[in-house]
Amino acid sequence: MEAFLSYGFLQRALLAGIFVAIACALLGVFLILRRDAMIGHGLAHVTFAGVALGLFLEIIPLAVALVVAVIAALGIMKLKEKAGVYGDTAIAIFSSVGLALGILLATLAQSFNVDLFSYLFGDILAIESSEVWLSIGLAAIVVFMVILNYHKFMYMTFDFEAAKASGIKVGRLDLLLTLLTAVTIVLGMKVVGILLVSALVVIPAAAGLQLASNFKQAIILSSLIAFVSVLFGLILAFYLDFPASGTIVILSFLLFGLFFIFKRGKRIF
Amino acid sequence: MDSSANDSKTLIDVKDISFSYGPVKVLQDVTFPIQRGDFLAIIGPNGSGKTTLIKIILGLLKPSKGRIRILGKPAEEFEDWRKIGYVPQQATHIDPFFPASAREVVAMEFHASRKIPSLTKREEELCIEKALKQVGMDHFKNWRIGSLSGGQQQRIFIARAIVNEPHILFLDEPTTGVDSETQEHFYDMLDNLNKKEGITIVLITHDTGIVNKHVSQVACLNQQLVYHGTHEEFCRSGAFKEMLAGHHLISHRH
Repeated sequence: MEAFLSYGFLQRALLAGIFVAIACALLGVFLILRRDAMIGHGLAHVTFAGVALGLFLEIIPLAVALVVAVIAALGIMKLKEKAGVYGDTAIAIFSSVGLALGILLATLAQSFNVDLFSYLFGDILAIESSEVWLSIGLAAIVVFMVILNYHKFMYMTFDFEAAKASGIKVGRLDLLLTLLTAVTIVLGMKVVGILLVSALVVIPAAAGLQLASNFKQAIILSSLIAFVSVLFGLILAFYLDFPASGTIVILSFLLFGLFFIFKRGKRIF
Repeated sequence: MDSSANDSKTLIDVKDISFSYGPVKVLQDVTFPIQRGDFLAIIGPNGSGKTTLIKIILGLLKPSKGRIRILGKPAEEFEDWRKIGYVPQQATHIDPFFPASAREVVAMEFHASRKIPSLTKREEELCIEKALKQVGMDHFKNWRIGSLSGGQQQRIFIARAIVNEPHILFLDEPTTGVDSETQEHFYDMLDNLNKKEGITIVLITHDTGIVNKHVSQVACLNQQLVYHGTHEEFCRSGAFKEMLAGHHLISHRH
């Protein structure tokens, strides 16, 4: 472990990875319970277009991806609200159009190369100092906003109408949750890549929800699973020379499986 | 808070309210006051606009015509929603697997109108404990909401609605799917909230038998307000008999 931490790049990966994974897991609990688990997957695909656009315009891809993800998240929300399109349909439209745009832009930029692949499959070990601080800062803002609005988000998720009648500005909070999700997806992309980021949102939260008997437990368990997955995922990846992203996601899935079996065991015995 | 509104007897003033879902008229020129201390039952056949009327009062729907004053303020300017408690129609929209304890369900409402959660920890404990006791559910506070029976869940939703000590409590068919013995206890509890705690109660119900025993005022709705007044007068009036043949009533009004 000491040898592990003596590498600066590993310290950075660990720090950014843990912060981002916890932000993903926190939002994941709300998104799953809102039957909105696929929004992470959809936004991640749109993010691909943002990265390709960044590479094409030679502007920092992470920043362009952030803007594109926010616009797409708002677009999905509006398509649902105003055009009466079902949520999953809106997500499917945006994700496939995002991917198509990404392919076109990447071809135009002639950037189907290592750079683009690092965004697709994640490259947390190559994360730069400036990106670490940006990731930690943004993830900390996400976590703070969730804690600040914890009860209101919970109320909206549990009983939207009663929440509205109690004077909660549900429209504003819905927007906030959508924006936080967009930011978190872009950050998660740096940790496990576009293709796996929705796993970071869904799997730790789904695992936490297996065993939680109240909401606080669900939030704490999900965050812990995210933490453990990144910590041990990176250690394993380092010592076994595995890709970090795949290892983190598979580890979180194994924890999900463990919780699932434990829950079934509890029911049987 | 507007002190003149507090002094006045009328808590909510409904004036000329009309509402349509597309071409379908649901409410037409409904006018009535809700006064402090009322135990008011809103009755009427299916599709008579009862739930719509409550949703308009609560600001969940916008009327096509008319205006509402809440505690002396026009509804669109009213912001002190913690003074209004609401128990929606029996929770078909509630996810039975939702991971929230009974206590957390009540806490949601407590925090709905408060900005910073950590400053109110002790007050939170006291208020939640009190609300759960008032509905006789304090022993169930750590139970997951989905693991409680329909009647118990309904009590938790009432605890949620009264945790901020509202002036007025709206309940939309609260006893649907609850057995008759539990219903009786349930109405006794509402009586208690009305008489001892001084909470004004507005109740949508189909159950005219229960209405006889507990309520002080009746509003009979069938797109228009057919009757509004005391319970005794209602029983003597023709509206009651018509009411009992509810489906008949609705065809008359078109």
